[in-house]
Amino acid sequence: MIGGLFIYNHKGEVLISRVYRDDIGRNAVDAFRVNVIHARQQVRSPVTNIARTSFFHVKRSNIWLAAVTKQNVNAAMVFEFLYKMCDVMTAYFGKISEENIKNNFVLIYELLDEILDFGYPQNSETGALKTFITQQGIKGQHQTKEEQSQITSQVTGQIGWRREGIKYRRNELFLDVLESVNLLMSPQGQVLSAHVSGRVVMKSYLSGMPECKFGMNDKIVIDKQGKGGTTEDTGKSDLGGGSSGKQSIAIDDCTFHQCVRLSKFDSERSISFIPPDGEYELMRYRTTKDIILPFRVIPLVREVGRTKLEVKVVIKSNFKPSLLAQKIEVRIPTPLNTSGVQVICMKGKAKYKASENAIVWKIKRMAGMKESQISAEIELLPTNDKKKWARPPISMNFEVPFAPSGLKVRYLKVFESKLNYSDHDVIKWVRYIGRSGIYETRC
Amino acid sequence: MQEWANQLCENRQFGSKMTDSKYFTTTKKGEIFELKAELNSDKKEKKKEAVKKVIASMTVGKDVSALFPDVVNCMQTDNLELKKLVYLYLMNYAKSQPDMAIMAVNTFVKDCEDLNPLIRALAVRTMGCIRVDKITEYLCEPLRKCLKDEDPYVRKTAAVCVAKLHDINAQLVEDQGFLDTLKDLISDSNPMVVANAVAALSEIAESHPNSNLLDLNPQTINKLLTALNECTEWGQIFILDCLANYSPRDDRESQSICERVTPRLSHANSAVVLSAVKVLMKFMEMLPKDLDYYGTLLKKLAPPLVTLLSAEPELQYVALRNINLIVQRRPEILKHEMKVFFVKYNDPIYVKLEKLDIMIRLASQANIAQVLAELKEYATEVDVDFVRKAVRAIGRCAIKVEQSAERCVSTLLDLIQTKVNYVVQEAIVVIKDIFRKYPNKYESVIATLCEHLESLDEPEARAAMIWIVGEYAERIDNADELLESFLEGFHDESTQVQLQLLTAIVKLFLKKPTETQELVQQVLSLATQDSDNPDLRDRGYIYWRLLSTDPVAAKEVVLAEKPLISEETDLIEPTLLEELICHIGTLASVYHKPPSAFVEGSRGVQHKRLTSSAGSGESVESPDTGSAAVSEAPPAVIPSQGDLLGDLLNLDLTPPTSTGPPPAAAPGMQLGAMDLLGGGLDSLMGDESEPLGGDIGGSPAMGAGFGAPPAAMPASFNAPISGGLDDLFDLGGGGMTMGTYIPPKTVWLPAMKAKGLEISGTFVRRSGVIQMEMTLNNKAMSVMSDFAIQFNRNSFGLAPAGPLQILTPISPNQSIEAALPLSTVGPVMKMEPLNNLQVAVKNNIDVFYFSCQYPISMLFLEDGKMERQVFLATWKDIPNENESQFQIKDCHLNSDAASNKLQGSNIFTIAKRTVEGQDMLYQSMKLTNGIWVLAELRVQAGNPNYTISLKCRAPEVSQCVFQNYETVLKN
Repeated sequence: MIGGLFIYNHKGEVLISRVYRDDIGRNAVDAFRVNVIHARQQVRSPVTNIARTSFFHVKRSNIWLAAVTKQNVNAAMVFEFLYKMCDVMTAYFGKISEENIKNNFVLIYELLDEILDFGYPQNSETGALKTFITQQGIKGQHQTKEEQSQITSQVTGQIGWRREGIKYRRNELFLDVLESVNLLMSPQGQVLSAHVSGRVVMKSYLSGMPECKFGMNDKIVIDKQGKGGTTEDTGKSDLGGGSSGKQSIAIDDCTFHQCVRLSKFDSERSISFIPPDGEYELMRYRTTKDIILPFRVIPLVREVGRTKLEVKVVIKSNFKPSLLAQKIEVRIPTPLNTSGVQVICMKGKAKYKASENAIVWKIKRMAGMKESQISAEIELLPTNDKKKWARPPISMNFEVPFAPSGLKVRYLKVFESKLNYSDHDVIKWVRYIGRSGIYETRC
Repeated sequence: MQEWANQLCENRQFGSKMTDSKYFTTTKKGEIFELKAELNSDKKEKKKEAVKKVIASMTVGKDVSALFPDVVNCMQTDNLELKKLVYLYLMNYAKSQPDMAIMAVNTFVKDCEDLNPLIRALAVRTMGCIRVDKITEYLCEPLRKCLKDEDPYVRKTAAVCVAKLHDINAQLVEDQGFLDTLKDLISDSNPMVVANAVAALSEIAESHPNSNLLDLNPQTINKLLTALNECTEWGQIFILDCLANYSPRDDRESQSICERVTPRLSHANSAVVLSAVKVLMKFMEMLPKDLDYYGTLLKKLAPPLVTLLSAEPELQYVALRNINLIVQRRPEILKHEMKVFFVKYNDPIYVKLEKLDIMIRLASQANIAQVLAELKEYATEVDVDFVRKAVRAIGRCAIKVEQSAERCVSTLLDLIQTKVNYVVQEAIVVIKDIFRKYPNKYESVIATLCEHLESLDEPEARAAMIWIVGEYAERIDNADELLESFLEGFHDESTQVQLQLLTAIVKLFLKKPTETQELVQQVLSLATQDSDNPDLRDRGYIYWRLLSTDPVAAKEVVLAEKPLISEETDLIEPTLLEELICHIGTLASVYHKPPSAFVEGSRGVQHKRLTSSAGSGESVESPDTGSAAVSEAPPAVIPSQGDLLGDLLNLDLTPPTSTGPPPAAAPGMQLGAMDLLGGGLDSLMGDESEPLGGDIGGSPAMGAGFGAPPAAMPASFNAPISGGLDDLFDLGGGGMTMGTYIPPKTVWLPAMKAKGLEISGTFVRRSGVIQMEMTLNNKAMSVMSDFAIQFNRNSFGLAPAGPLQILTPISPNQSIEAALPLSTVGPVMKMEPLNNLQVAVKNNIDVFYFSCQYPISMLFLEDGKMERQVFLATWKDIPNENESQFQIKDCHLNSDAASNKLQGSNIFTIAKRTVEGQDMLYQSMKLTNGIWVLAELRVQAGNPNYTISLKCRAPEVSQCVFQNYETVLKN
């Protein structure tokens, strides 16, 4: 198991050092600094073995978090834990920075004592932790016996992510379907790979211990119903605006927050859960079939002699004309020996950024089924470098108000039998946002 | 005693000090004094601030142990925050102040009875972290209560505490019956208690391989599967990792477990997913392949594995290393998922390199066009390592998918045209392999290759090019000129190139004998007379003799048809792969090494295996294919001493006290019997043994092997030689072991230097236990008592495994024999000479220091016999710089007697061959720290001088090992 956990600043000074196991000595702290942080060559793996001691590290801005062990630990678990540790710290004091860590070091030690025991991760749900570890120190002494046992049963219990007795005057929930669409396209316009990785983020402000059921246009479920296999879900309170688009989508794979009953999903493919209070990520999914690619990039690069490049890039928007894409940015890489650039674009603004070796073309808004174009002349300095310019791909950023995967939320039903509010009383909001992930076209 | 021991290592322990400006704006001397005053202040706030400052100093590595009593005084408080801080301090310093730590016991015991369950748990959690024997005793009662506490939070904390206690004092845990209580917790109503109990039991079970502690049976499995649905994500990981160790009784049970585990594949936590994959991969072996469910399961595995690739880069890396294993074991799972492994421009380099590996493994006729287009794209990227790997990958595709070979070759030629130096070199290396795979097909490109002769500056590329020129000498008009140009700087070339050049010129000579006689003469004399590299010299002599005795035979040998090279490269050896599949998700699967290669001590030494169902008809390699030895061979993660990592070894990552269990008491009575055997058998064996084998026997095969390029050595070299050795040079298993050579006792500490105490002694290794045997002689006038012994840090971590047992005082003129068992898990520091040991002995009079040298054979393990294949591979793998040669003079044993004698000291003879009256013994030994030493001992009949060549990844040990040979052989 994890033998110790260290946090360093960018200079390699330790800010936090907590040792859980006897086989980890103080020297491990130095070994990591010398061999990883101060290494002459950048370390090429997030796992490093130094003198039979293994170091796992992640970096958040310029802060290094390192977990140390001498055993054959579950490596995936260690990284998941380090990420979780970052989440917990962020939830407590915001951005992970040297300043914040120093100002909260007592709190961090307290958290580390709680969420890692003898190197075994324990309950790390911020919701639960906040009931008894607070920035002002522990609440301990002021609690009644009932409160205490409620805390402990929550921390160890089946529903570790939600406490009892939550009350809201207005029961409300927000669902965000956030997708990032990824594309790699060849210069000839052939899709080399494309996928959507989506997340359903939920903000719930619901009283009591509500039982929720979430439904979407999952192909497997829809097909089943079409055959009349199950008649269970007839609640057609269509939450997704407009019924246009595809009827159902094929989900390659999905993962769920730990509140979702996985065995139920496995057997019935229904998504039921008691949600945590506040914001959390209900599910993640991935689709690869029938993706709507919101933009198409058509590059044309011509080398004119040894000292000049001509670049022409056309972008086409490919969605309903009534919708508007926002924050569009096209990034056209330029060679390192660029001496000057002249650009002309039909829409938006374009600028050559020498420090980033790229022409950045920005368009605030663009409706569907439109087309725009940029052309640039790039002057090059003559070099005797034999190596050809690698021509990095042209990348794009944008935001569109629909889900490129075609996913639609069909319903989210809330049941709370003990309190007197019903599914109809809950105010529900759904929003779809599609963003570019890694959206690249080779040129 | 304890204090005194601390003194010995003190200067190391707190050697590193750092400053942190925020907490330490001043580093003036009075600081500790000021803190002391603040800690004793009446004001709670001031106290708390002071403790915070102390903790801050502790964090940055400052020694604040002087404040121990003052900090502990703050422990008696109602303020939980303050209490936690004090506990944190205690955990760090209790070990260095054991007597004062006792002061804290009362508070702990009291807190364990507190009404607040959070405080009860905090107390028992902290107490388990304080590794002081005296405190441990007090821990038992509170722990027993907490294990049965009404509150689940306390129980789950207590469960982990049992593992902590076991780490400190295993015996105590067993005696107190905590293990049974822990087992009961598996049936607890609270899922988190179950999960922690499983984690604790699994850890304890690892150090008792055969204890059947976890006692997994269908009932407990059922309980675990139930808890799996309810506990935290971490708990699910503990349970799944534990489940993976279970062997289901039949395929029905196997299937039902799989069915209950598959839902975990949709968990958001990647570690849960990977652990579930591990269970499924393992239990799948039990399922008959014709079962419908088997196919369903295979299909269910792919999507979650692909999803792992959208995790954060570090997790992607772990996932990719595991997918690499999974793809080797069950290629069908991901065969349609090639695209997801395409490299993204912004992937971190470690992700890129791993993806590339998997792409090659998945390459097939169906997707080769796409793969090639991608690889060509990668070959123009920035990162040199990545580009090289991409170019190599193109070559591997050509070899793997025959239909694509032509396209690959033309792609490679395109790349050569870019004239980027390292791309060209890499391309030439792979083209050589393509030539070997498809002879007489692509030789038209040779002309293009020859244009780039000048730009090759890396040995591997030069060697490859030379091989090509030699192999196709008849088609290259100016082959002689080309080779001659290399010959000019012959001595500056690396061995690889020299060997290749020698072979190539001999080939050329055999093809065009008339014009190249001079050239071949020149290279043979360069190789045999002017070189001190034995490999080169040997090869030179072999060619010379072949050419001079029978040129026709030479032609048959050198120009023999070469065996085909295999399609798949870099495959993990099957038994190791099976073991690694059982470790999916763990570090072992990231390193692709068995846990024993990087975990110290007893943990993880058990080798896990897949169990397959009898009916499945799947062939599982028999365990004795030499693979076991591969997995134990010195892995690359063990830093060889002398390089940067080696220096870090001296950093001592292990704290000074050894926690390893003392080795079993050595059977002291065997000594006499063993000695008798040793003396008697010596001459007996000598008479009986005849020199085995005749001349170089398998020479045609060997010649072919030599003719092959070094890059292909494992394929072509191994097979013929080992075949030959099996028949001709087998030792016939002369399994008589001789007694270990025990050096006579020498005086280590003269009475003059130690106020009348004289110590003489020696070292023995008996059935795996190292002992230091001493005679303590009291030459003083007064009685001596209270003996204790301590070692300084030394090269191999030798340390007393227990206290020095001298029960009665030694009266004047009395001498006493004492045997001290030693362990090798102590702190390590390189000594000069390597086998030097500095010892401190204390008695009621004073402390005395002396140093002695132990024979390095004390450290040779009983399992130091390497498999032949591994030996050959390792010998070749260790660079020639690491080889050292020694002469042993005036030794009159014949080779078999020598071999037997050496075996007594755990130096094992692996093979023997006889060439012209000279016996060559190939021997191996393994040191306690996992370093292997390989030896070639040459014994010439009638010549009392032996020659010995030693090869080792840590060449520093060679001198020591040689001395040991000398002493063992001469006594």
